[in-house]
Amino acid sequence: MKEKTLQKKKKRLVFRSLMLVFMVGLAAFALIANGKEEQTVVAKGEQAPDFQLKEFTTDKTIQLSDLKGKGIMLNFWATYCGPCKDEMPYMEKLYPKYKEKGVEILAVNLDSTELVVENFIHEYDLSFPILQDKNGEVMDLYNIGPIPSTLFINPEGDIEEQVIGPLTLDKLEGHLQSISPEE
Amino acid sequence: MNEITCECGHVNPEGTVLCESCGKPVEENQHIDGNDQKELLNMRYDGSARRSQTYNRTAVDKVWNFFSSVKVGVWLIFITLIASAIGTIFPQEVFIPGNVDPATHYRDQYGIPGQIYYQLGFHDLFSSWWYMLLIAMIGISIVIASIDRFFPLYKTLKKQKPKRHELFMKKQRIYGQTVAENIDADRFKENLKKRRFKVYEQDGHILAEKNRFARWGPYVNHIGLIIFLLGALLRFIPAFYVDEFIWVREGETALIAGTEGEFYIENKAFTLETYNMDDPEDAKFKEAIEKQGGPIPKTFRTDAVVYERTNSGVPGAEPELDVFKEGAATMNNPLKFDDYALYQASYQLNEFKEMTFKIHDKDDEDTNYGEFTVDLSNPQSTYELDGGYRVEVANYFPDYEMEDGQPVSVSKYPKNPAFVFNLYPPGENDPETSFLGIGANIDAGGDNQYKLGLAGFDVRDVTGLTVKKDHTLGIISLGGAIFMIGVIQGMYWNHRRIWLQPRKDGVWLAGHTNKNWYALRMDIEKAIADTNIEAPKDQYEMKS
Repeated sequence: MKEKTLQKKKKRLVFRSLMLVFMVGLAAFALIANGKEEQTVVAKGEQAPDFQLKEFTTDKTIQLSDLKGKGIMLNFWATYCGPCKDEMPYMEKLYPKYKEKGVEILAVNLDSTELVVENFIHEYDLSFPILQDKNGEVMDLYNIGPIPSTLFINPEGDIEEQVIGPLTLDKLEGHLQSISPEE
Repeated sequence: MNEITCECGHVNPEGTVLCESCGKPVEENQHIDGNDQKELLNMRYDGSARRSQTYNRTAVDKVWNFFSSVKVGVWLIFITLIASAIGTIFPQEVFIPGNVDPATHYRDQYGIPGQIYYQLGFHDLFSSWWYMLLIAMIGISIVIASIDRFFPLYKTLKKQKPKRHELFMKKQRIYGQTVAENIDADRFKENLKKRRFKVYEQDGHILAEKNRFARWGPYVNHIGLIIFLLGALLRFIPAFYVDEFIWVREGETALIAGTEGEFYIENKAFTLETYNMDDPEDAKFKEAIEKQGGPIPKTFRTDAVVYERTNSGVPGAEPELDVFKEGAATMNNPLKFDDYALYQASYQLNEFKEMTFKIHDKDDEDTNYGEFTVDLSNPQSTYELDGGYRVEVANYFPDYEMEDGQPVSVSKYPKNPAFVFNLYPPGENDPETSFLGIGANIDAGGDNQYKLGLAGFDVRDVTGLTVKKDHTLGIISLGGAIFMIGVIQGMYWNHRRIWLQPRKDGVWLAGHTNKNWYALRMDIEKAIADTNIEAPKDQYEMKS
């Protein structure tokens, strides 16, 4: 009798626990899924999703996964965005130094007119690759909201940091330093 | 476990209020249903041992019992109801204009109450975490409360015996004693069977029962509700539900959002048709058209080609496209392809597409040294004209504004295009520079010989399409249907029971139903016809 009672009690506890875990799990899923919809960023620490885009002024395409082992600064910008233009000279200034160290800067452009972007590249004399995201596909992939928006991806391909809004020269250098491959 | 052995010999689980077999009130548990303060028995769940009232030992039990409580469930529903009502006082965030900042909009439009509303998160109530948490808790409460009540009730109704305890009989709302010798029990049973009662007998004790299934109505209803909620939950999974919006310019091929890069759409043409009173077909609307004074839209239509991507590539890679479907989307008639439907949802008319310029003498507009046409979404960097003139596009501003005396573009769309042109006359190496925009034609150097003039332009329309995919509708409808079946089951049928107990000097008769007591009394009246059993009294009515 005693043993039967104990067993019943245990069964009840297991059943109740399982039901609660299942239902709380569903509720948690709903809450997280709902939260994600509003999120504008790909989460920190996640693997940066792969993409392939055409480079302006050359006919080359660049694929993110080909750059494994390098630190990547992924900048989303457009010529009609004032703060984006302001940080371009900083990037240009630091690019040669960090290219040596194994960091690549990819600036994904969201304009729709090639001429406008090409003029801009000449005007600012930019040497790092400017990529053309004509359909906004990569922008959607990374859930980019307001620009400028910049992701710093470490040599392992994980997102180390996301900065929404303009960067100062100092901050930019700090972030670039943090994704430089170890010597 | 402290099982309760009734004097009838039946072993009841802990927490039983009325013996499952004979209905005898279990003395120490009468407080559970408040029977100790009443003369009549509270018959809810037939006095079965609801587990929530019984086991409360571990933390899991405590959480379980919290959700099992009907009181808690009603509170959750009540709070959700109040919150939902408050959510309708001011418009939700999705319904305010898209170009305003909600943080200031609510204060500006509705004052202090608006600001409070915004800061408490009521502006986005239905996707706020606490509202979803309330719904989730209601869902959990429904499941647990149902489990805790259905199974004990089911067991009790299955185990019930016709032989009832005296106290059970006496404390029923419908109860009557008959003192007589010549009671026709067989006739009584016949009458009950005619009224579609199921009759059970045990040592001369009779139990007649009908429509027990009506008691399962609430639980069927709850299963429907849970399926409904699960269907709604699936809407978070893109494989089940997509709801996106895209703008597509005429002539442009764009990626269809929500299809994971699989489908593209080319906008062949967007048409906005208005009613025309000179058209014989529309003549019958003449009065209405005249009254309106302006054009009245008749149709919005997008003629489009849907393409499927044939190469599997990483996002951003140049797609190879194959025609998948050609068709049109009009209001309420979506263009359907694969699992998706494209609904005509919005439009913008007359966006600049091309501009044609001509070169003429500065002082004489009638001269013409050549014309060239600029595709505003893809201008060339230089235009060579037949007459030997060459025009270089030094700068292009698709949507220009002046900022600190400098022209800048504020968007990528050619809504207000402007150019800086360098004009090289034949054989010249020094260009003449001029700035051209809508309503602006500035000679940069001041000593230009030639002038560029706008000779014509071409416009295009932009269509706004909603991209929909919904595999949850079937599940949600199924949930709704089961919900309704449960409601009907519990509403239109009533569980009725009549007990007859032989006594030394006659019989006792008792009756119980979960609703519609009048109909139960009518059933009893018909059943006792010609049996010498006296009509029972309604003890509840007698009291009042």
